[in-house]
Amino acid sequence: MLKVGVITFPGSNCDDDAIDTLKNIGGFEVENLWHKDTPDLSSFSLIVLPGGFSYGDYLRCGAMAACSPIMEKVKTFASHGGFVIGICNGFQILCEAGLLPGALAKNLSLNFICRDVTLKITHDNTPWTCEIKSLEELTLPIAHGEGRFVIDEEGYQDLVKHQQIVMTYKNNPNGSLYDIAGICNKTKNVLGLMPHPERATELRTRDGLKIWSSLKTHLEKKV
Amino acid sequence: MKARVHIFYKDSVFDPQGNTVGESLSKMGFSKVKKVRIGRVIDLEMEYPSKEEAKRDVVKMCEKLLANPVIESFKYEILEC
Repeated sequence: MLKVGVITFPGSNCDDDAIDTLKNIGGFEVENLWHKDTPDLSSFSLIVLPGGFSYGDYLRCGAMAACSPIMEKVKTFASHGGFVIGICNGFQILCEAGLLPGALAKNLSLNFICRDVTLKITHDNTPWTCEIKSLEELTLPIAHGEGRFVIDEEGYQDLVKHQQIVMTYKNNPNGSLYDIAGICNKTKNVLGLMPHPERATELRTRDGLKIWSSLKTHLEKKV
Repeated sequence: MKARVHIFYKDSVFDPQGNTVGESLSKMGFSKVKKVRIGRVIDLEMEYPSKEEAKRDVVKMCEKLLANPVIESFKYEILEC
């Protein structure tokens, strides 16, 4: 069975949601990991950085979590092609850690926005979207105060060139540049997104399942 | 020894807080205010043998943690020796 590690940082609050979804609905074996530990990650197929408010969002969202002992292990894991997903605060941590380009700044409205949004899948050729058609629309919930994706023009052109923009907002809720909601790294094994696919697998919308089952299909092909 | 670090969004990054406060000041009649930027101040109490060594480490701290070079710029001053 494919094994997933869900990291808990102090202040993570979507770790249990991710564990429950991946174990009971996704059909993965799941292990909860603590940010201060430095385990060997080589037996894992996927590492999840969950949403929440790590370190109370002090200084900048994700800044201190990015310096956690386990993050060195995550960087090594990712550099060897291991799959890593950062959801909401997890996305912020991945950017702060330099695993993804750009940064997440305060929402343009300054409001904390908590509602379902419609997303357009930009590329179906990533491991995260292989079961979703390009331009297909997904409905997923967002819940964040600092989700405005910011990157300089050169960085944006780089994202376009390497097909790293995985999903965009249909109606931009937070002022993200170019409506960007989720991006991956150049090698496509690290994904960061503000919407919560782990919260959209049973009630209201089940579109989150499409992301988990895409990745599972991809991983099973590899095995 | 004390260092004071000032961190702001880069000019190229829109600052919605500063913008909102600027609009309020304008509505209050302070029409001469053209732009407001809101940042963060961090005071560091430190023990270093020299100002030069302190400065070197403050820059490292800013680059590694205190500021995010993607969206923020920083400046610092050494206040007391």
